[in-house]
Amino acid sequence: MHEFFATLAQIGALIRKEILALVKEPANRMLLFVPALMQSLLFGYGATYDLTNVPYAVLDQSRGAASIELLARLDGTGVFHRTATLTTPTQIAEVIDGNDALVVLSIPSDFEQRLNAGQSAPLQVILDGRNSSTAGSASAYVGSIVASYNASLGGGAPGISIERRAWFNPNLESRWNMMPGLIGALSMLQTLLIAALSVAREREQGTFDQLLVTPLTPFQILIGKAVPAILVGLLQSTIIFLVILFWFQIPMNGSVWLLYAGLLVFNIAAVGVGLSVSAVSLNMQQAMLYTFLLIMPLMLLSGLLTPVKTMPEVLQIATYANPLRFGMDIVRRVYLEGAVFMDIWRNFIPLLVMGAISLPLAAWLFRNRLS
Amino acid sequence: MRHPEFMRRFIALLRKEVRQMLRDKSNLAVGLLLPIALILLFGYGLSFDVKNAPVAVVLEDRSPLAREIVEGLQGSAYLAPVFAADMPEAERLMMAGTVDGIVRVPMDFSRRLNAGGAQIQLVLNGVDSSSAQTIEGYVGGAIGAWAQQQADRAGNKPGGVGQVEVVQRMWFNEAGESRWFLIPGLIVLVLTLIGGFLTSLLIAREWERGTLESLFVTPVRPMEIVLSKVTPYLVVGVIDLGLCLLASYFLFQVPMRGSLLVIIVAGLLYLLVSLLLGLWISGVTRNQFQASQMALLASFLPAMMLSGFVFDLRNVPVAIQVISQLLPATHFMQLIKTLFMAGNNWPMILRECGILALYALVLTFATRHTLRKSLR
Repeated sequence: MHEFFATLAQIGALIRKEILALVKEPANRMLLFVPALMQSLLFGYGATYDLTNVPYAVLDQSRGAASIELLARLDGTGVFHRTATLTTPTQIAEVIDGNDALVVLSIPSDFEQRLNAGQSAPLQVILDGRNSSTAGSASAYVGSIVASYNASLGGGAPGISIERRAWFNPNLESRWNMMPGLIGALSMLQTLLIAALSVAREREQGTFDQLLVTPLTPFQILIGKAVPAILVGLLQSTIIFLVILFWFQIPMNGSVWLLYAGLLVFNIAAVGVGLSVSAVSLNMQQAMLYTFLLIMPLMLLSGLLTPVKTMPEVLQIATYANPLRFGMDIVRRVYLEGAVFMDIWRNFIPLLVMGAISLPLAAWLFRNRLS
Repeated sequence: MRHPEFMRRFIALLRKEVRQMLRDKSNLAVGLLLPIALILLFGYGLSFDVKNAPVAVVLEDRSPLAREIVEGLQGSAYLAPVFAADMPEAERLMMAGTVDGIVRVPMDFSRRLNAGGAQIQLVLNGVDSSSAQTIEGYVGGAIGAWAQQQADRAGNKPGGVGQVEVVQRMWFNEAGESRWFLIPGLIVLVLTLIGGFLTSLLIAREWERGTLESLFVTPVRPMEIVLSKVTPYLVVGVIDLGLCLLASYFLFQVPMRGSLLVIIVAGLLYLLVSLLLGLWISGVTRNQFQASQMALLASFLPAMMLSGFVFDLRNVPVAIQVISQLLPATHFMQLIKTLFMAGNNWPMILRECGILALYALVLTFATRHTLRKSLR
């Protein structure tokens, strides 16, 4: 029993030393708070798939009541803003190429005539496909406006209205999807780097050898290195969480305890990966290199930007080695869906497995990667 | 040569930097392998194109009319309908994540349809909002097509009411393939990442080890240090750029409608900016720990989130637009997407290349400034 407490005290001393190393310099202290705060604000506003402003141009060769009514409906959305009124078809290429318009509506001269004659009147919609996802959303928007215009004309297809109800995110705002994802993603990046640099820095400065000759076992050193990094991760998650909750006011539906349980397990797995990287590296340059090598796959294959479901089968399997994929799923589902443990327990298994493999691996590498 | 002394010192420094770069094989290997691995991984891995999205169908109305609608959904290549006996079962499937949406045809559907106004309920899981919107579009499209078919079958009475028909053309990307705009964006990310990790520790490491201070007592000038540190990595970056371009053209067949020469020149300019940005961070922080964090936070993350890579800058608030315009990545992103998909647009090429060149110049002098021969 006495020995146990002595060990605890030793690990505690190491943890204190590691935390001091992280916060002793003012610049380092800033790095723990400021980026998380700034990024959650910046990306909260910047990372959106929702159309808020579609600049469009019109080539109206009909100039009838029908085209005016249709355009008025478009302007009435508040999303479409007319940036140019064209007079000849050659100008279409100019406004699209010059990024002045995302959409060009070309209304032929017989538009009104055909409508009045009870025929179908073509409305040409030209889209800038350089960002095909925005173009697709804009096209769907135009389509729905035209459909409601058609309905106001009466006749035609039998009226079936689709009543949409979206669970957990009634207006389908992409920010609601993105921000809880960022709780995991942003904190992981810095935690991973801090963990990866921690051992590498000591290797480079030669103090790691000194640490190895202390009475501490590699596993105790590991705990000493892991705990501060995990704390940093939780701290950053908390900052982002508070910004989302109070600044962006996205309603939190789940249990805070479950959210933090998920974040803790996720951070353990991420720090395990980071410490393994660190234990392999001989110096900080290498640690950073390997971390950067990992960051892009971890971010892009996590479901942050594009859903995991749209990835090819092989890559979907590869995402099982990505802690962020599961961490993000836990956070999103607890936050937005109000999921309870029974809904998401499957996500904990891969994270625990990753932690159980990477942490002992790192401890083993501490001693066996002496150059 | 007008400056023989400059050249002599520059070459000596360059030789040292090249040796240092070659000595650490892992550095070089990653520098060369990373871009190709990333392009392959994400060229195949990233996509917004939802296919075979599972939706539960609840037929409370079992009339032939209602069944026809479901056939319409089955005909869509983008939807994979699954039948559910009732709403509670469908909701269970959605909670479990087995389906992404529920299409509910209510009991009174055919009765109300004959009366002129029927309703179908679509329930979506809003957590993945962009997929939800795509599914909404597909379901709406399938039902609209069925309704149109019904109308045609009934035979529009002559002298009926005319309808506006949308004829859509998506320029530059007729099929609306998201890969076409993601791949040029990936080139930007790869060059940003390469620039960031190759150079951001170079000066900081020398400060930490004290070797920079020993350089101060030599006749070497700060500008010579800057140039000799950038040059070797520029060569690595050029190889990376070449690999990226080859992969995007031959493997992913993204059209390259602009001039290849302009693409290469713009790519080189951005690469230079990205390397210099890393070097400048290194010089400012004088600390490897801070430099690596800053490189991640100041170059890679903004390039991914705020440059218009996937998030269209037209949709963000003005303040964020201003910030994103300050990022070199935004300018290169816009330029390279246009060059790949639209073609040569000279006013844009000159403007964006000019901005990138300006960044390169400013960063060169800013980095030189951090190397003044003085101690803090």
